[in-house]
Amino acid sequence: MTGEAPGNGTKHPTPLLDELESGPWPSFVTGLKRLRDSGGKQYAAMMNDLLGQLEHSYTNRLGYWKGGTVSVFGYGGGVIPRFSEVAEKFPESKEFHTLRVQPPAGYHYTTDLLRKFCDVWEEHGSGLIALHGQSGDIMLQGCKTENVQKAFDAVNEMGFDLGGAGPALRTSMSCVGHARCEMSMYDEVKAHRSMINEFLDEMHRPSFPYKFKYKFSGCPNDCVNAIHRADFAVIGTWRDDMKVNQDEVKAYVAKQGRKYTIDHVIAMCPTRALSLNDDDTLDVDNRSCVRCMHCLNVMNKALAPGDDRGATILIGGKRSLKVGDLMGTMVVPFFKLQTDEDYEELVEFARTIMEFFAENALEHERIGETIDRIGLPTFLKGVGIEPDPNMVKHPRTSSYVRTDDFTDEADKYFERKAREQAAE
Amino acid sequence: MTDAQTAKKPRLPDEHGVPDPFPFMHPLLKKNYGNWDWHDRPRPGVLHHVSKSGDEVWTVRAGTQRQMDVGTIRKLCDIADTVGEGYVRFTTRSNIEFMVGDFSKVPALISALGAEGFPVGGTGNSVSMISHTQGWLHCDIPGTDASGVVKSLMDMMHHEFTHEEMPNRVRITTSCCQINCGGQGDIAINVQYTKPPKINHDLVANVCERPAVVARCPVAAIRPALVDGKPSLEVDEKKCVCCGACYPPCPPMQINGADSTRIAIWVGGKHSNARSKPTFHKLVVANLPNNAPRWPEVEEVVRKILYAYKDNAKHFERMGEWIDRIGWPRFFELTGLAFTKHHIDTWVGARHNMNMSAHVRF
Repeated sequence: MTGEAPGNGTKHPTPLLDELESGPWPSFVTGLKRLRDSGGKQYAAMMNDLLGQLEHSYTNRLGYWKGGTVSVFGYGGGVIPRFSEVAEKFPESKEFHTLRVQPPAGYHYTTDLLRKFCDVWEEHGSGLIALHGQSGDIMLQGCKTENVQKAFDAVNEMGFDLGGAGPALRTSMSCVGHARCEMSMYDEVKAHRSMINEFLDEMHRPSFPYKFKYKFSGCPNDCVNAIHRADFAVIGTWRDDMKVNQDEVKAYVAKQGRKYTIDHVIAMCPTRALSLNDDDTLDVDNRSCVRCMHCLNVMNKALAPGDDRGATILIGGKRSLKVGDLMGTMVVPFFKLQTDEDYEELVEFARTIMEFFAENALEHERIGETIDRIGLPTFLKGVGIEPDPNMVKHPRTSSYVRTDDFTDEADKYFERKAREQAAE
Repeated sequence: MTDAQTAKKPRLPDEHGVPDPFPFMHPLLKKNYGNWDWHDRPRPGVLHHVSKSGDEVWTVRAGTQRQMDVGTIRKLCDIADTVGEGYVRFTTRSNIEFMVGDFSKVPALISALGAEGFPVGGTGNSVSMISHTQGWLHCDIPGTDASGVVKSLMDMMHHEFTHEEMPNRVRITTSCCQINCGGQGDIAINVQYTKPPKINHDLVANVCERPAVVARCPVAAIRPALVDGKPSLEVDEKKCVCCGACYPPCPPMQINGADSTRIAIWVGGKHSNARSKPTFHKLVVANLPNNAPRWPEVEEVVRKILYAYKDNAKHFERMGEWIDRIGWPRFFELTGLAFTKHHIDTWVGARHNMNMSAHVRF
């Protein structure tokens, strides 16, 4: 045993964790010890036992937390209960629950706000905060059952709310977007807040077959990993021609060289939509461009998205449980997002998708798995979307399909195209 | 509940939902919302954004340990208040960003962060912070400790975080079980179980909802059984893929253990749509020891892969795009790793992952 007791007991030795204090990267172990060694703080003894249990995990290479039921008055989710399986050895951290708190959209903070969170968590919790969890929550980690309500009340009075957990609408994420990025193609904050805040009941009172996640990326660089990680991915894009500042193109070529420009911009275009003219200006075949973003990323000052902006929507991304990782699949190639009405329509579209999910998914089935089970055409029919060639890599290759209504479907396609053309 | 608790009825929550970020946003970001023109990077860890209005903002990005004590957070706040402008934000990968409207403030920010041990970097073609999960610190089904693995690897890759010397950005993830909560990555370091669950038949009937556990198995290897007269579950060990999916709904089906919790490394995952479409990562090594507290065997393999990529990929090729060009035979040769039968997919749709052509690399 080393050192003085922070509560009643002595400090647990942590020889394995101590090895994680060396090296140049900031050490979480040093932070945990700072909480343990904080003298009179109410969490000092809890953090001593937490370090003891973590060292025990490092020694035996096993986890010792189990779930349970802990929530706040009025809500069914948002708290991740953790009870220790080795509480007889480490009684002070026998309860170590997490409160998932929704951060400001885009993760903007004043120091004043962060300090308020620290004060609340010093008073009611462990003093340990993760910024942020994989779902995008502020995670207030380490709370006794008796303090959960108090901690929530304090956070709630600051204007903050719990996020999602369990079979429910989950906390969402949006990229920095409009706030500090020239690639941003729609108002991420507006989309993020108007969608999630419309459906809070589904977050706070879990009643879905399984979890449902939204993520908002302002462009196809997809900085919040929406295609992989979201059931409903909103990815900014544009429909008209990209903007080319030919003087800046020439300046880029003059600086980087012609060979470099051809090798690293022109030749890297996935659809061969770019060509360098003899006078070092750029020729763009906009109808072949797939909005991948590479040339815009690289020739940042010379190229920009067009003006007819909106989002591409993909449905069905998720992690491995249980059929393996799935990516979202394209269901709306272009959803115009410019007026308030456009954003309201997006919310209504989201409602349709979630209602379909709630009514048709099996228990513990994500919507991507539902689509796999019933087939994309059935899903599209269920949510009222017409088929579009942008939805597939290529048309079917299997001849085993019943096509006796093919002509009717083709007629509908031509009628739809004629209507769309008339509307433009 | 105690008398004291029942006597005082708890307050009803205010359902605020997603908070409005504008009260917490740097004034220049707020002023130029939706009006940015272009950006560049004056040095690794520093972004310079220019608005169509002519306003400029500089951002200094630094790595954090994600799991932060209040002392660390207050230290970051002190830095923002004394040498920054009091406004910060966080990236998807838990880096902190300090925005300032004056370039002259950037050097002081960098040195203040450096003095307190926060590495400045993570921009452009660098290795950014590892996106990770909870592990032994807080998860109820972890095979390893995410924070420890991340700390060990980020120590090894510190130079690559603070410099922009990679062919393209490198996004690394870790996950503490095969569910892969850490997500897809250029390199993914994930727990891979190697043995079927060990069942405590005394507990199953009381702890587990048996039909739900049976339904959870992705390969239908679990069935109800009577063991020593008790209702329990049994696993067809020939079918079992050791995924651990039965463990969360049924903790008596223990999947972790010294002989079963191993680590696998995957490469070539990509979120962005730039150039190639988004991709999933692919298995390259399995069965590495779960060697806390520093995981040296994992570190060694990650180093090999990272530097084979750094030394051989062309500018702007992501890990997966580099391998697409050189081919998997050359990848295994350059990294000195073995190709085995386990690399050949057997899951649903596996044939689509085979080479159905006469294209061969020698």
